[in-house]
Amino acid sequence: MSAAPHALRSQSAGVLSPYQEAAAKKRPHVTIRGLSKHFGTTVIYDKFDLDLPRGELISVFGPNGCGKSTLINMIAGLTPPDAGQILFDGMRLDEIKFGYVFQNYREALFPWLRAFDNIAYPLKLMRVPVNERRARTERLVAHLGIKLDLKLYPYQMSGGQQQLVSIMRALIVEPEILFLDEPFSALDYEMTLFMREQLQRIFMETGTTTVLVSHDLEEAVFLADRVLLLSRHPALVADFPQVSASRPRTDATLSDPEFIRIKAHCLEVFQREVRRA
Amino acid sequence: MKAESFKPLLPIVGVIGLVAVWSLVTWRQWVDPVLLPSPTATAQALWQGMDGGTLGFDFVKTVYRTAAATAIAAVIAIPLGIVLGASEKVYRSLEFVIDFFRSTPASAMFPLFLILFGVGDETKISVAAFGAVLVIVFNVAYGVMNARKTRLLAAKVMGASRLRVLVDVMLLESLPQTFVGLRNGVSLALVIIVVAEMFIGSQDGLGHSVFEAQQLFEMPRMYAAIFAAGVLGYGLNLLFLLIERRFVHWSGK
Repeated sequence: MSAAPHALRSQSAGVLSPYQEAAAKKRPHVTIRGLSKHFGTTVIYDKFDLDLPRGELISVFGPNGCGKSTLINMIAGLTPPDAGQILFDGMRLDEIKFGYVFQNYREALFPWLRAFDNIAYPLKLMRVPVNERRARTERLVAHLGIKLDLKLYPYQMSGGQQQLVSIMRALIVEPEILFLDEPFSALDYEMTLFMREQLQRIFMETGTTTVLVSHDLEEAVFLADRVLLLSRHPALVADFPQVSASRPRTDATLSDPEFIRIKAHCLEVFQREVRRA
Repeated sequence: MKAESFKPLLPIVGVIGLVAVWSLVTWRQWVDPVLLPSPTATAQALWQGMDGGTLGFDFVKTVYRTAAATAIAAVIAIPLGIVLGASEKVYRSLEFVIDFFRSTPASAMFPLFLILFGVGDETKISVAAFGAVLVIVFNVAYGVMNARKTRLLAAKVMGASRLRVLVDVMLLESLPQTFVGLRNGVSLALVIIVVAEMFIGSQDGLGHSVFEAQQLFEMPRMYAAIFAAGVLGYGLNLLFLLIERRFVHWSGK
């Protein structure tokens, strides 16, 4: 949305060709400069730099305790960094709209609200009138084509359904960027597979820049346009490979040679980083 | 299927058992009938007392005092508990004082409150309210302090202001624990009110009824008043449970 004015600003000569527009969209969305963070005596990040591209799904993967979640929590403003700057198209976090999905859906949703009102809650915070809240929520649900009884309370739903509600709650504000912190790790395998498919569909529908922390390499690669591989702390970018398999990805993708190659590469980088300790 | 449909009737078994033993004891005269009247005599006294007799009037008086004390306590304790719970530092600095007075028998405060309020209803109601306030404050504050951190973070990350988090999340998060406090509070208020009605120059109320019947040696009437107090205590607890189930439907889920 906001990429176009930026591109215009940098282009002194008025009109953009479709190609330029596409290129503008690929400009870095998030720029991280000089990010530092320590917990106690442990330095998690030390002058960390990173650019995240626009409109892509980025998986964050790395050894345990390397600061995967800390990274997105700092980007999303949940954890204050010690130093450094994080900008979104040059804007600060409080100037943009973003969504965040917690691992623990049971504690992240409001059990006193029906699923529908949970999804609409961020609009209430934005002081959107009741009628419009209802309309926008209905539009989002229809748009995503998710079949759920939204009159239920969260505790009446399965874990996967609750996490879907969480994701929709994050999407209702039409975020420019969506963060998910190990969103499926509390679900059983069958539900995880189903949810991966749902998330991929949502991503294809909305094209929102998405940052997903995952502890499952297959999931990380399967869902991602790029896999951000982090080293042990202090975390550095060990590699940031592209996953070029076309969407929608299916079970067949898992046995595609190119997919297997990139997954093997990620595993190699990961193990090298693990061993380095 | 059949065994399942019997389940709701199980509590009645205990009641029937109690009445059976009681009947046997009075019928065989194992206990002096003056000390323990028969179930029928007691039931009769209960019925006559409640049906236009003084017991009904005393019952209403006690209900009024207990309800007034609990209402006053709730109005003071719930906002106070939220304020205390919202800041752990504030709560920790007052925790000892609250715990101390919570552990002090409220009945020990009667003489003080008598000086403050005289021998009227105010004294009874305010001592009961004093006891209930501490119980409710303690529970509400803990309910607020134990609000799920993820839920607070979720509200914050969606852009909720501190006040919004307090109203939309903390308040509702604390409701299950608040109801625990209210149930304990109303039970304690009833205990204090009944004791106060016995000994603090009272002319009415269930406590007065029990005490007077004992003084006049009208045993069936005394037992009837005790049962009326039991029914009241049980009923108040049940009432709060039903309200909780209706309004705090997510409790324990």
